[in-house]
Amino acid sequence: MDTIISISNLSKVYANGHQALDDVSLDIKRGEILALLGPNGAGKTTLISTICGLVSPTSGSVTVNGFDIEEDYRQARELIGLVPQELTLSAFESLWHTIDFSRGLFGKPADVPYLEQLLKDLSLFDKKDQEIHMLSGGMKRRVLIAKALSHEPMILFLDEPTAGVDVGLRKDMWKIVHKLRDAGVTIILTTHYIEEAEAIADRVGVINKGKLLLVEDKDNLMQKLGKKQLIIELSEAIRVIPESLASYALVLSKAGNKLTYHYDTTADGTGITTLLQRTREAGLSLKDMQTKQSSLEDIFVDLVEEST
Amino acid sequence: MSFRAVSTIYKYEMLRTWRTLFQSVASPVLSTSLYFVVFGTAIGSRIQAIEGVSYGLFIVPGLIMLAILTQSIANASFGIFFPKFTGAIYEVMSAPISFFEILLGYVGAAASKSFIIGIIILTTANLFVDIQVAHPIWMLTFLILTCISFSLLGFILGLWAKNFEQLQIVPLLIVTPLVFLGGTFYSVNMLPPIWQTITLFNPVLYLVSGFRWSFFEVSDVHVWLSLAVILSFLATCIAIVWWMFKTGYRLKK
Repeated sequence: MDTIISISNLSKVYANGHQALDDVSLDIKRGEILALLGPNGAGKTTLISTICGLVSPTSGSVTVNGFDIEEDYRQARELIGLVPQELTLSAFESLWHTIDFSRGLFGKPADVPYLEQLLKDLSLFDKKDQEIHMLSGGMKRRVLIAKALSHEPMILFLDEPTAGVDVGLRKDMWKIVHKLRDAGVTIILTTHYIEEAEAIADRVGVINKGKLLLVEDKDNLMQKLGKKQLIIELSEAIRVIPESLASYALVLSKAGNKLTYHYDTTADGTGITTLLQRTREAGLSLKDMQTKQSSLEDIFVDLVEEST
Repeated sequence: MSFRAVSTIYKYEMLRTWRTLFQSVASPVLSTSLYFVVFGTAIGSRIQAIEGVSYGLFIVPGLIMLAILTQSIANASFGIFFPKFTGAIYEVMSAPISFFEILLGYVGAAASKSFIIGIIILTTANLFVDIQVAHPIWMLTFLILTCISFSLLGFILGLWAKNFEQLQIVPLLIVTPLVFLGGTFYSVNMLPPIWQTITLFNPVLYLVSGFRWSFFEVSDVHVWLSLAVILSFLATCIAIVWWMFKTGYRLKK
């Protein structure tokens, strides 16, 4: 896959001296879903806003499909749709009018069938003649997506698309994102919900205090940093862990019927085979076993703690 | 140059006018008619003609100027302040258009609206008195230049204002006094000498005087001087806007 957005050594220091971005370099691949994960104030919105032209970079450069965001801003911005974090909409105009405005603003000729289909896809079509202030919060969120997609962008930025959104709508949003990706749109979303990045992203970038800590394929990231747990359930509870198993750093549950073993899937040997053998030799009988992958959340917390 | 984007903003702003038709058009017309009834007819009938022009007729250009100055500032400042206030401005800022195109859209719409109001008021006034325009081209020139330059001023104000109070304070405390003291309802010659001198520093005087000359060939200052003043006012506004856009003032962090 080739690169659609290339960010080189991007830094931003605001007028008040706050460094929101610190030497960020990142290549975003065409057609991928990239999740930028980070706590509040990490610099996610600043990064997106800079690429979209809302914030001037202090240093560094960004190209979008080969176009520099400052020198060739017209060509670069034409390709981008932005869904902001806040529900920033004018209240007293109709839904149809607002998306029609967005399309015209990006220089695209009117296309009624396209906009109608867009509203249908976002389950907004029956509201098209209503004024914005009549719509619910969830609908307004979708209106912002419709505005961003009204000019058929190649790249879609979603800034905290599911912040303050209920579970049902969040799932809907994920569906929309997948559908767009299938249609060839590159999607960059910011989130502080780890489950969101885990559920929909192809790659995950972790950002904290303006620094991009890492960017990895989601699966690789989970494998690379993800520890697995093996939980062994015993038929009969024990009080102490047998001497022969001491080297495995097992954790015995309070009830004494579960042993938990932490292992690294990427290590040369996981040690599971010998562990099980020794368990049998120690005279313990197994009732059940399960393995658990640590979530992106655990990985994330580890990374952010390391960087602070 | 994206003409489609400019016309999109322009139409959007004009549509806002239609949506708020009553306050946009009806209220300036109503207030002007009231001025006319009070100053032009009731009081004016007791005031002698000024340089051969009856008082009712004399105040027509001033009333039009009063309306278009306040309307230009109000429309243009609100047009840009409101999206800035709601945050909806993000879309305009991230669109593939230059600041100049944004300016053309917003200021073009505000100026057009003021121009329409000016024409409506002129037509309304014509119901009260019989108006003859001596120099129609000059009249239109002053009208259009005033609409554009004060819409620019409004745009600057809208960009500058951080809250509604600031948005109101300039029209209220600066523009209204300037307009009332700028010979809207009287000839400067009627003032004591010291006030005549002070009034010469009021740019509105030149607008009203030039505009009135285009109607009746009666003026406080020479028409070319009026034109020079309005053009330099326009140039100043353009320079300020240019600086604002260049630095991303209040728009870009």
